[in-house]
Parts: sequence; C-alpha cells; structure tokens
Amino acid sequence: MTELLNVRNLTARHGQLPAVREVSLTIGRGEVLALVGANGAGKSTLLRAIAGVHPIGGGTVHFDGSDITRLPADRRVAAGIALVPEGRRLFPEMTVEENLRVARSRPGGWELEMVLEAFPMLRQALRRRASTLSGGEQQSTAIARALLTNPRLLLIDEVSLGLSPVATEAVYKSLDRLIRAGTTLVLVEQDLGRAMSVADRIVCLRDGRVALTAHAGAVTREEVTEAYFGLGKPTAVRS
Amino acid sequence: MAAFWSVKRSDTTSHVGSGALALAVVGLAVVPQVWNASVVQQLTTLLILVMLAAMWNALSGYAGLVSVGQQSFIGFGAYTTIFLTQQGVAPYLAVALAPLAAAGLAICLAPLVLRLRGGQFAVGTWVVAEAIALMVMLDHGLGGGTGVSLRGLNVLPSHIRRAYTYWLALAFVVLLLGLLFLLLRSRSGAALQAIRDDEHAAASVGVRTAPLKLAIYVLAGFGCGAAGALTLANTLFIQPRSIFGVHWSAFMIFMVLVGGLGTFEGPIVGAVVFFAIQNWFSDGGPWYLIGLGAVAVAFALFLPRGLWSVVSQGRQIQLLPVGYHLSRRPTP
Amino acid sequence: MTWANAIIQGVLLGGLYALFACGLSLMFGVMRIINLAHGDLAVLGAFVVWLIATQGHVSPFIATVACLPLMILIGYGLQRTLLSRSLRSGELTPLLTTFGLAIVVQNALLQVFSADVRGLGGLSGLLAVDGWRLGDQLAVPYLGVTILAVAVAVLGGLQLVLQRTAFGREMRATAQDPEAAALVGIPASQVYARATAIAVATAAIAGAFLAIHSTFDPSSGPTQLIFAFEAVVIGGLGSLWGTLAGGVTLGVAQTIGAVIDPQYSILAGHLVFLIVLAGPRGWLVFSRRPRAWQPSGR
Repeated sequence: MTELLNVRNLTARHGQLPAVREVSLTIGRGEVLALVGANGAGKSTLLRAIAGVHPIGGGTVHFDGSDITRLPADRRVAAGIALVPEGRRLFPEMTVEENLRVARSRPGGWELEMVLEAFPMLRQALRRRASTLSGGEQQSTAIARALLTNPRLLLIDEVSLGLSPVATEAVYKSLDRLIRAGTTLVLVEQDLGRAMSVADRIVCLRDGRVALTAHAGAVTREEVTEAYFGLGKPTAVRS
Repeated sequence: MAAFWSVKRSDTTSHVGSGALALAVVGLAVVPQVWNASVVQQLTTLLILVMLAAMWNALSGYAGLVSVGQQSFIGFGAYTTIFLTQQGVAPYLAVALAPLAAAGLAICLAPLVLRLRGGQFAVGTWVVAEAIALMVMLDHGLGGGTGVSLRGLNVLPSHIRRAYTYWLALAFVVLLLGLLFLLLRSRSGAALQAIRDDEHAAASVGVRTAPLKLAIYVLAGFGCGAAGALTLANTLFIQPRSIFGVHWSAFMIFMVLVGGLGTFEGPIVGAVVFFAIQNWFSDGGPWYLIGLGAVAVAFALFLPRGLWSVVSQGRQIQLLPVGYHLSRRPTP
Repeated sequence: MTWANAIIQGVLLGGLYALFACGLSLMFGVMRIINLAHGDLAVLGAFVVWLIATQGHVSPFIATVACLPLMILIGYGLQRTLLSRSLRSGELTPLLTTFGLAIVVQNALLQVFSADVRGLGGLSGLLAVDGWRLGDQLAVPYLGVTILAVAVAVLGGLQLVLQRTAFGREMRATAQDPEAAALVGIPASQVYARATAIAVATAAIAGAFLAIHSTFDPSSGPTQLIFAFEAVVIGGLGSLWGTLAGGVTLGVAQTIGAVIDPQYSILAGHLVFLIVLAGPRGWLVFSRRPRAWQPSGR
C-alpha cells in the first residue's frame, strides 16, 4: 500500500494552548483510518490542519509526495484533500443543489447524479434550503459536497454526531460504497464499535498526542479504551 | 520545574514613569510664566491634540469602536460655549461647562449609535456629526454657516487670556487622562481589554459589555467636547464647516495609529508627533494630507501597535501602571 | 404640483444614490467591510471619465464605458494589495485602511486636478438638459430616467449574476462562510478581489452620472459615501432591491425637504436615516450580527 498522506511532527495551537503536539501519521492509498479520542484530544484540529483551515505551528504535511504544509485550503482541495468539517458548515441560505454545485471539481468521477445515487435521501431535498434540513440530511449534503470536489483523501469529522440511529445507518451505508470504491478515508467517530468495524486502522489521540496506533483487527476494544482515557501502561503503540 | 507566576500592576519603570509624568505636569504648568504667548498658544493646541488622541484611543483601542464622528462633540462643545456666553455665562465658566453638555449629548446619542457595529458605527457617527452641523448652520443666532466669535474673552490682555486657556487645557488633560486611568485600573479595565480583543468572547464569559462601552462613549464625548470648547477659547472664532469637519477624525486616527492603538501612552506620543508634523509640513497642501493618509495606512497594516510598541518592545515599559504583567518568580 | 414634482425628482435622484450604494452594499455583503474610500473612488472614476471625455472628445456616456476596464483593474489591485492584508489583521483594520486611502485619493485628486468644480452636463448634449414636459411645473428629465434605468439595470444584472451563475454562487458561499467555501475549493481572496473590482466599477458609473447630473470636485467623495451608506441602511442591509428602495427613499426625502426650504434638503435625508436607525427595523438589523448577505427575493 503506497503512502498518500504523510504528517510529520505536526503541532497546532488554539491561541497559546497546544491542541496537537508533534503528531506523526501516515495514511496509505485506499486505507480507512478511524481517529478516536476524548473531547479536546485534538482530533478536529488535526483534521483541520491537514485540510489547511487551521494554522500549522510546526512540522510538515506531505500529500502524494509533495509538501503542502504552506498551501492554503482551497489549493489543497485542488490537490485532492476534502474535509467534512465539524458542524457540517453548509451554506445555510443556499439550497441543497446550490450547496452541491458550488464545489469546485477536480477532474474525476463524481458528478451530481452519482452523489444523488450514493445519498438517495438528497434527491427530494434538492430545492430545500440547507438551514431547513435534518441532521442526517445535513451530514449527507456535507459529505456529498465534499465528494463533488473529487477528493483523493476524504476527511470526515464526527460522522454520526447528532444523527438518529436511522440516519447514522443511512450515512454509513453510503460510506460503505465509497470504501468499496477505494476512497481513502479518515473518520472521526465517537462510537468506538462503529469505528473499529469500518476502519482498517485505529489511531487514538490523547492530549494532542498519538496514544495508540493499531490495525483494527489486532486490537481489542478494551485496549483502545485504555489509550482513550490514559489508563494502563503509558503510550502503547502497536501496529 | 514549575515556575510560579505573579501578577503585577506596576514595576520600577512605571513608578519612575509616574513620577516623571507628575514632574512633567508641574513643568507644563509653569510654561506661561516662562515662554511668550505664541508658544503658550501652540502648546494649548498640543494639549487639545493629546485630549483628542486619548479619547479616540479610548473608543477604538479599548472599546473597539472606530468612530469617524467625534467631531460631533468637538463642534457641540464649541457651540455650547458660544450659546452659554450668549446667555450671559462667563466665558471660562462656559468652556468648563460645555464638556458636560457634550457628555449629555453622548448619553442621548448612545442608544442610537452604540447598537451599530464596526463600519456601521463609523459611518453612522459621521452622519450624526453632519446632521448636527447642518442644524447648527440653520441657527442664525449661532452665526449660521459663516461662523461666530467668542465674545467676552478679548477684553483680557492676550498673554493673560492665553495663559488661562492653557491652564484650563492642562487641567482638562490631567482630568481626562486621570479618568481614563481610573477606568482602566478598575475591574472594568480588564473587561474593556477583553472587549477590544474579542467582544463576542468577552460577552460569552459574562463580561457585560454594554455599560462599559457606554461609559467610554460618554467619556469620549465629554473629552471631545472639552477639546472643542478649548479650541474655541484658543482661536476665538469658529465656523461650523471646520469645527464639525471630518478632518478631526483623520487627525485623531493618525495620532492614535502612529502613537500606538490600545496603549495608554501611545496617543500622547502620537499627538506630539502630529503636532511636530503639523508645524513643519502643513504648508505642503495636499501633499501633507496625502502623506498623513499614507502613513496612517502603513501604520495600520505594518505597525498596528504604533511607535510606542517600538519604544517599549520587550521591555514592557509603562509610564503608568494600567496593565497587568505576569512575572516569573523562582519556586519557593 | 410642486409636491408631485418633488417626488418625481426624488425618485430619479434615488437612482443615482442606489448606484452609489450598490458597490458599498456588495463589499459589505461579501467581505463585511465598509469601504470608507467608496465615495472618493467614485469621484476618481468621475475624473477619469472627465479626462477621457475632454481629451478624447467623446460623449461622457462612451467615456464611462471606456473607463470601466481601468476601474475594474484598480478595484482588483486594491483588494490584492491593501485590503487583503488589512482583512487578515482584525475587524477594525479595514476601516482604518480605507479611511486612510480615502484621504490619499481625495488629496491626490486635489493635487492633480485642483479644487475647481467641474461638470460633464455640458458635454452630454440634449439628454442632460431636456425632458418630457407634463404641464407647467412638472417635467421628467431624460437624464434622471436614464440614471434610474441604469441603476435598475446594474442592480438587476448583479442580482442575476449572483443567483444564476457559478461565479455568483461562489460569491454567496464565501459571503456566508469563507472557511467552508475554501473547503470546497473556492479561494476567498479571488472572490473578494472580484467583488471589489465590481464595486469600484459601479462606483465609477455612479461618479460619472454625478458629474453629468450636477457637478463634482475632489472633495465630493465623503458626501457621496454618506448618501450611499444611508441608502444601504434605509433599504435594509443585505438586499440589492432594498438598496434601490433605500436610494429612492433618501432621494424623495431630500427633494421634499428642499421644497420646504432648500437648506433642509440634506438634513431631511439624514433625519430619515436616523429615524430608520432608531425605529424597530433598526433594532432588528443591528441587534445581532447582520445575516450573511443574500440577494433579495428568496
């Protein structure tokens, strides 16, 4: 599996407080990586720094072999990185269709018709304003919007936060299709069981540092939980 | 390992600074005894500039309100002085009372303009200034559009008159800087700086921003009213177009940006710099103003904390202890 | 009859104010900054048109069209240099920067062109002076109708661009959430530069019509900025058709004020503005962070 993203010693701050401290991480092509950790562990900040919307305080980010550490977010999108941010950040005054059409597409396979097949619930909602959507519809629109940029790496923050079980099921069903199509994916997911079932690899962050990296099949739920809360042995790293 | 931090409000430099400032005030007070009347008149102008710069800085540097309309209060202070003398009030008493009227105007305008944010506040206050100027021009009792003289002062010998005006200006500078100092030293000072840094964040942690902004706005109205009344006493003649002119705002912005926005000392430095520039270059016509505008833009973009930040860089020099300092002290 | 006349003249004058307000509204809507140099840039545009018309011996209307590429370039460059930098350093800096720019532009014009009052009405032929006579005291000037028509065309065209084109969609997206826009590949700086270019171009059109309609000199800018701002606020922030309505309201207030006494004309406009500000709508508009800018009619 060749390397798509390489993060070296990445540091990012909120004001004076470090949120991500010297994190190193690689993601291979076609890999699905689940990022877990308690609130405030630095998951969102890490994703935002990779996407270029959070200033990087130190370290480097390489994407497909080229250094993108200093690239602004829109150029990273053009290079093939898309982030579905925390809170979805749809354009509230625009319709679903406008939200989808506004994405600047790289050349690639995703077109409006295809995302509507992947997210069938959006077809009836196309003319509705984004501010009137339910949580599941919002998340689907946000993911669909990100897909329309034709990313080579898709980062999704808080996949199921605030969604009903039915909506979560629907969103993951759509994600399954992406995974089978070979999309490289990084998910932040609070539901540990769900994260471990969908991902190839689990990375657990604690206090801005990597507390655990493990293949999903080679680690137990208890071990991840220990890393999550900082119980047990300090920094168990297995791969 | 763990260093302990202590919060200090003052240090040696600020003690020295406060002493030096007190000496400077005493030194300034004896100027009329030593220098001739034209120097005294010039220095009165400088004191008025210090007042204006300090007030504009209080508004934008501490309360986050960029005003392009403080000339409302400058003009209102001057015209209230005229009005009061017309009613038989002694001229210097009128000059001393006019700022209170300007503060009253600020209280009346506050509900209207303080709801505005950012650029809306800037232009909104400007419209208010224009409206007041137009209303003054409609009043023929106040000289209409052609201007009006302050009567009653020219009976005094000019050197006496200039000395009195100067002392009154000095007293107002001390009073205004003192009030500002007390406001910043009070619990509200920290809150004000929080508002300046991020009003939404400050409000979200429970800082009640509205009363503080009101206090600053009224203080700035009072101070600019004083500056207007003293400008009249210094020159004895005013025209509505000039006393209500937006150039006052340009000067205030220039002084504060050059001196140091959001610092206590910066506006004083900026006023001195502007005073010097005005005396050397104001014959340059448009070029002088082009230079002022360009320098202001350059400071806003490249040195937003002004000259004072260069002077005090890394050393945290303060003439007056208005801020908070963290100092590391060894573990006991 | 004089009242009817005042209202007609006011409506037509409102077209001019709406033209001035259009760019101010656009920049505020997209970037959340009020460009304090807007009026002076409009006057700069008037001088450029004056130069082209007098040196090139062409009609001021042709000169106005000819000046647009230059003004678009000036707007684009302005955003790329001064404004983009000031936008990065907080909410207050753009105000200070544009105020400084206003002083520089105004005095540079004074230095180059002197304080002489100029007008382009004389060069504009019959259109500038003639009109439809509807009785003894009632006349509808061709020029006023032309200006109103141009204002409607500019505002309507902009509205159409914003709603129907990909470019307009990107501009609305950036106005609503610049970071989310960047995350779908839209560079905010590019959108801002285009918005500023359009704003400066419309300001130049407004400046040219001011010059044809009455007179101008290097110090005309601030007054036009104030009128534009009043039109934007009276019409309700964040709506292009509202801006037209605001301009017309302001124009009518001024002409009706002038009927009572010519001295009351501008004051009447200020008072209507202050009443709107003090009224319940004022609270609604300003009591919270104004909504992301959106063309009206949704």
